[in-house]
Amino acid sequence: MRKKVKSLLSKHEFYISLVIVLLCIMIEVRSGQFFTPNNLVDLSSALIVPGLFAIGAFMVIVSGGIDVSFPALASLSVYATTKILTDANYKGGILLPIVMVLVFGALLGAFNGFFIARLKLPTMIITLGTSSVFRGIMQGVLNSTQIPNIPEGMKNFGNAALFVAKNQQLGLTSRMPVAVLVLIAAIALAYFVLRYTMFGRALFAIGGNETSAYRAGFNVGRTKFILYVIVGAVSSLAGLIRTCMMGQMHPTNMLGMEMMIIAGVVLGGVAITGGDGTLTGCMLGTILIVMVQNSLILLGVPTYWQEFFLGTLIIVGTGISAMQVMRNKRRLVSRKLEEGS
Amino acid sequence: MNENRVSIRRKLSNFYYRDEYTSRLIIMLLAVLISMLILRPGKFFTFVNFQTMVAQFPEFGLMSLGVMVCMITGGIDLSVVGVANLASICSGILMKAMVAESGSLPWYGIPVGMICGIVIGLVAGILNGALVAKIHIPPILATLGTFELFSGIAIVLTKGKAISKLPMEYSALITSKLFGIIPVQLIVFVIMAGIISFLLSRTTFGTRIYMLGTNIKAAEFSGLDTSGLLIKTYALSGICAALGGLVMLANYNSARADYGAVYTLQCVLIVVLGGVNPNGGKGRISGVVFAILVLQMLSSGLNMFPQISNFYKPLIWGGVLLLVMTLNYFSENRNRSK
Repeated sequence: MRKKVKSLLSKHEFYISLVIVLLCIMIEVRSGQFFTPNNLVDLSSALIVPGLFAIGAFMVIVSGGIDVSFPALASLSVYATTKILTDANYKGGILLPIVMVLVFGALLGAFNGFFIARLKLPTMIITLGTSSVFRGIMQGVLNSTQIPNIPEGMKNFGNAALFVAKNQQLGLTSRMPVAVLVLIAAIALAYFVLRYTMFGRALFAIGGNETSAYRAGFNVGRTKFILYVIVGAVSSLAGLIRTCMMGQMHPTNMLGMEMMIIAGVVLGGVAITGGDGTLTGCMLGTILIVMVQNSLILLGVPTYWQEFFLGTLIIVGTGISAMQVMRNKRRLVSRKLEEGS
Repeated sequence: MNENRVSIRRKLSNFYYRDEYTSRLIIMLLAVLISMLILRPGKFFTFVNFQTMVAQFPEFGLMSLGVMVCMITGGIDLSVVGVANLASICSGILMKAMVAESGSLPWYGIPVGMICGIVIGLVAGILNGALVAKIHIPPILATLGTFELFSGIAIVLTKGKAISKLPMEYSALITSKLFGIIPVQLIVFVIMAGIISFLLSRTTFGTRIYMLGTNIKAAEFSGLDTSGLLIKTYALSGICAALGGLVMLANYNSARADYGAVYTLQCVLIVVLGGVNPNGGKGRISGVVFAILVLQMLSSGLNMFPQISNFYKPLIWGGVLLLVMTLNYFSENRNRSK
């Protein structure tokens, strides 16, 4: 029993859950509106897109890289898809847009992957570059503008509700989008892939130590390439869902989300140096960030404080994670010294 | 005859490979100049245009210097734009507050305002350095986080609006021209570049940060105070960024939390283009200055083609960055295999 408590206390996920619970209680006490059905449904529907982005960012960080290009990548592939379909006067369902966006996303992801896996260049600088390129293609070459009328099929998918929650007090209703199923499926799939497939284990091995992973027989280059293709596809899917839910395509409104997503992943205890972290932690961190974003208003804090809190959260979160990495390293060294003597 | 040609070629190739990064930049610079000479001779090669260009680049040039010193230690400073905006907002607010009832700024107004900005840059830089050196957050994440934080503070200070109606004296001073020829912004840049060049090549501080960037473990075991050095480096970067912000404040005669958003990428691009190795330990200020000039000329040149929309710029910057990284990769591989 004691051992169990001790192992629980040493887990990052425990502390982040604690923070989330505390924040919930704080908001509930201040506003009395937190545990209303419609607020909870609103929160979970706000979580869909960041959650999908976070899965991609999580896999990249576990492999020891950092991808800051996914919002630009998603914007470009969703813009291209929506533009092509509206120009073709597409009337069908959601299936074709999903397939198209996945293909575009995978292609753009392969572009990232080429530089990172083939030429072994630093991921952060490369993705800064590619995100600028994607943005330039979208705004310059494609001359992107807002598309107010997206195809009917996409709009219907975004509006489709699993169930409707009603706030008895205020009479507000909120719909739980069907898209939440996509998030759940993606989490389940990612969990399975990361835990039970060679590809997933390779990601952790590469993030832990690339040379060791290579010597242990993992094909480092191929794994990284596939990783960036997958991340491109997943991010683009998230972008498509966002566009469907909004009912229109704003080309630039996803840009700049990358920091928030990375912050969430890192807050969840995923080691920024790679090789360590859990999907649960990643999701909890994302929930925390989404809550801070959505609930500051309920706490009565003006929205212009948002960026300040976000910055503080990132620094505190990364700081805690960095200090844990240091402590583990030190413990390892001292244990080795003890064994040696 | 034939022999002669071979020796010239060898001389040229020797010259090219002695400092490949700078040579490549000189070629790019010439290419931009020649293409402008062909396409827009009357407009580009005017005295006024060159004067405008050297007045424009100090904004991001100063920030790039900061990113450079950090990258030499193997880190990076992505918070420069945030620091610059915070510094310019604070000194803007302070200078506005110092305006006397008669409507004019007292004589000490400008120096006090500038010192306030520089001190803010210093404090911000020390915070960055402490996060990197003491708490061991990877520089990329630490400075991205502080970028959000500084921008957040700037937004809170201004409630998201622009600070304008600044005392005219400040803007007039910084945008004036010494002897009617040399823009003051350029002088600020040259002084700062000179100081950094001196620090890097003539002082033990410079030698030490190159050592630190080459191998931080080795530097630590040879008795260097690595965390102190890192904090000093980031503080220097903060000062550079703050100066960039002060120049921006004068150029726009206003300050806002989201000015200069494109400069982050542009600074990284310049520094990598200038031959600074992102893994640290290598890089010279001359390369970075050349890169700044190339970028400014390219940017001013593009502006002379109204049919090319401004939205193409991110594509070009990103494309150039990727191209340069790829070229560096191949030239480094060749050197290794030699």
